[in-house]
Amino acid sequence: MSQTYDRRKFLAEMLKFPPATIVLGVIGPVKLLAAAGADEDGYEPTEHYYAMGIRVEECIGCGKCVQACKLENDVPEEPFYFRTWVERYIVYTDGEVQVDSPNGGMEGFPPVADDTFPPVAAGKEILRTFFVPKLCNHCDNPPCVQVCPVGATFKSQDGVVLVDEDYCIGCRYCIQACPYGARFLDPRTHTANKCTFCYHRITKGLLPACVEVCPTQARVFGEIGDRSTPLNRMMRMSHLEVLKPHMNTEPKVYYTALDGEVR
Amino acid sequence: MDPEHLAQLESALGQVTGFIYPNEVELHWSILIVIYPYLTGLVAGAFILASLERVFNVKELQPTYRLALLTALAFLIVAPMPLQAHLGHPERAFEIFLTPNSASAMAMFGFVYAWYLMVVLLMEIWFDYRADLVRWRQSDKGVMKLVHWVISLGSRDISPAAVAFDRKAVQFITIVGIPSAFLLHGYVGFIFGSVKANPWWSSVLMPIVFLFSAIVSGISMVLLIYYVTTLLRRKALDMKCLNTLASFLLYTLIIDLSLEALDFIHRLYESEESIEILEQLIFGKLFLSLTIVQILLGTIVPIVFLAAARFSELPNEMKRMIYFVAAVLVQVGIFSTRWNVVIGGQLFSKSLRGLTAYKLEFGGQEGLLVAVGLLVLPFVILALLLKILPPWEDATTDPDPEPSEAQLT
Repeated sequence: MSQTYDRRKFLAEMLKFPPATIVLGVIGPVKLLAAAGADEDGYEPTEHYYAMGIRVEECIGCGKCVQACKLENDVPEEPFYFRTWVERYIVYTDGEVQVDSPNGGMEGFPPVADDTFPPVAAGKEILRTFFVPKLCNHCDNPPCVQVCPVGATFKSQDGVVLVDEDYCIGCRYCIQACPYGARFLDPRTHTANKCTFCYHRITKGLLPACVEVCPTQARVFGEIGDRSTPLNRMMRMSHLEVLKPHMNTEPKVYYTALDGEVR
Repeated sequence: MDPEHLAQLESALGQVTGFIYPNEVELHWSILIVIYPYLTGLVAGAFILASLERVFNVKELQPTYRLALLTALAFLIVAPMPLQAHLGHPERAFEIFLTPNSASAMAMFGFVYAWYLMVVLLMEIWFDYRADLVRWRQSDKGVMKLVHWVISLGSRDISPAAVAFDRKAVQFITIVGIPSAFLLHGYVGFIFGSVKANPWWSSVLMPIVFLFSAIVSGISMVLLIYYVTTLLRRKALDMKCLNTLASFLLYTLIIDLSLEALDFIHRLYESEESIEILEQLIFGKLFLSLTIVQILLGTIVPIVFLAAARFSELPNEMKRMIYFVAAVLVQVGIFSTRWNVVIGGQLFSKSLRGLTAYKLEFGGQEGLLVAVGLLVLPFVILALLLKILPPWEDATTDPDPEPSEAQLT
């Protein structure tokens, strides 16, 4: 650089930077948006807003959904990692509530009605039982997204809460912040992992694996909004509940016939 | 997959009582995350103690002023290490600085930390030592001469005007530093207190409780370090200073206990849906570490000891001993406090229907060995700092008729 590069010139050069920054700052996101918009298959995320319905009264606790999820999404097979699981509630006549989910309910549940079930053998009488499938609620107001220090977990335009495993630092704050226990740390990648509504399937117009395999249609998938989907029908015809509404997370997994005992 | 980790999860699964969500078998924030608030608490506490002398003119604490600052620095240097070691991807930690999520409390860590280290602690220490560094450099030989020259950043001026400016700067930084210290540790409390999903953590009192326990831990740690270093140097302990430290420790302990009691009574009185599982937690898994160690041994016994020794006619040797024992108990108690918050908050299911277990590994990235190492490291750093920047009054006596601190004010 020549000697003539004095302060005046330097400042003048500096002035060019803000416009350059602005231009680059605009080009970047625009390019990103263009990339995020309709992909090569013509999928347009802004045109969708996904949600799930769960009809508790239809669930038979077969665990096929858990199996399908583990297979489809390569979830570690050990019984500590689940993107979805099924809980069984047994309410006794004395008011006691027993909940179990052996291996996430993946192989179904041991029978309760006969004497092989210890509480019943001990003389306890069952008032009612039911199964509750659980998964990430894809909250509209997700605490996991709020706490992620680096923005590795985010809400997509089509309403799905996702984790960027190439960006997650593995601090596990999101796991602490989720009121539903829906997240785990993948022991292979050391990053947070959770249900994606089978994002790779739904963006191709397919159903999530758990919904696909459910033999009783206890799981209903679809969209919130104008589009006519099975979920829309369910939402019109049923009384809906969400889990832990007092948390104000605004879940997008809607339950019918949800018992007050379920947390 | 790590078979040792799996075996640990299997064993935890065997110890589950009641119902927990299947993903909750793994306890995610380990002993390293216990150490983190313990260390930052000591930093904030030691700094606040130092500021008592500087801003609030508690002259009795003069012998511990510089010691407290160096203690704060030594612990602050180590504070982010357990966090870093705990990350699933430590190599991605820089993302917190590059793309912080402004909604995340944790994302602020880097900035709060950097502010505190760079703007508050290092600046205050530098200005406070500047004139000494210049003098030491003149009398030093060998490596120390170079070290002091580097640390002094080439500064040379020890005219009364320059020294007066140092003094003003220190005063100003301390005033900025007090809210910063509150921020540093109050913020750590906020990280836990703002997790609404966790009823054991979610409390608006959390930052305040953290803060006062921080002050308690900082005072008692500086008392211990002052005690031990003075004995090692074969010097006489300044009884006035010790008495004042003991008084402040006593008062802050009482505030700390009151806040904890308020939190406890408030929870009990509100009796929200989580009360049953928290009751099981407190009287079961946490009984030893909470009721016995934290509250009884770590708070009530030291309060009784300190009050008895402080306001009695015991001989000085006896008082000193009691202060020392009380300060050690306080340290154990504060460590338990951190344990009970961090580990305790993860021992129950968010379904509020069951409890899980935490088994501390011995080796491994999050094991006992690493934890002990991280707890010893600050003392190693402190020893080094004490060599380079001796905080003792006899080290600062210089031939110049420079007025000593006590004379100036």
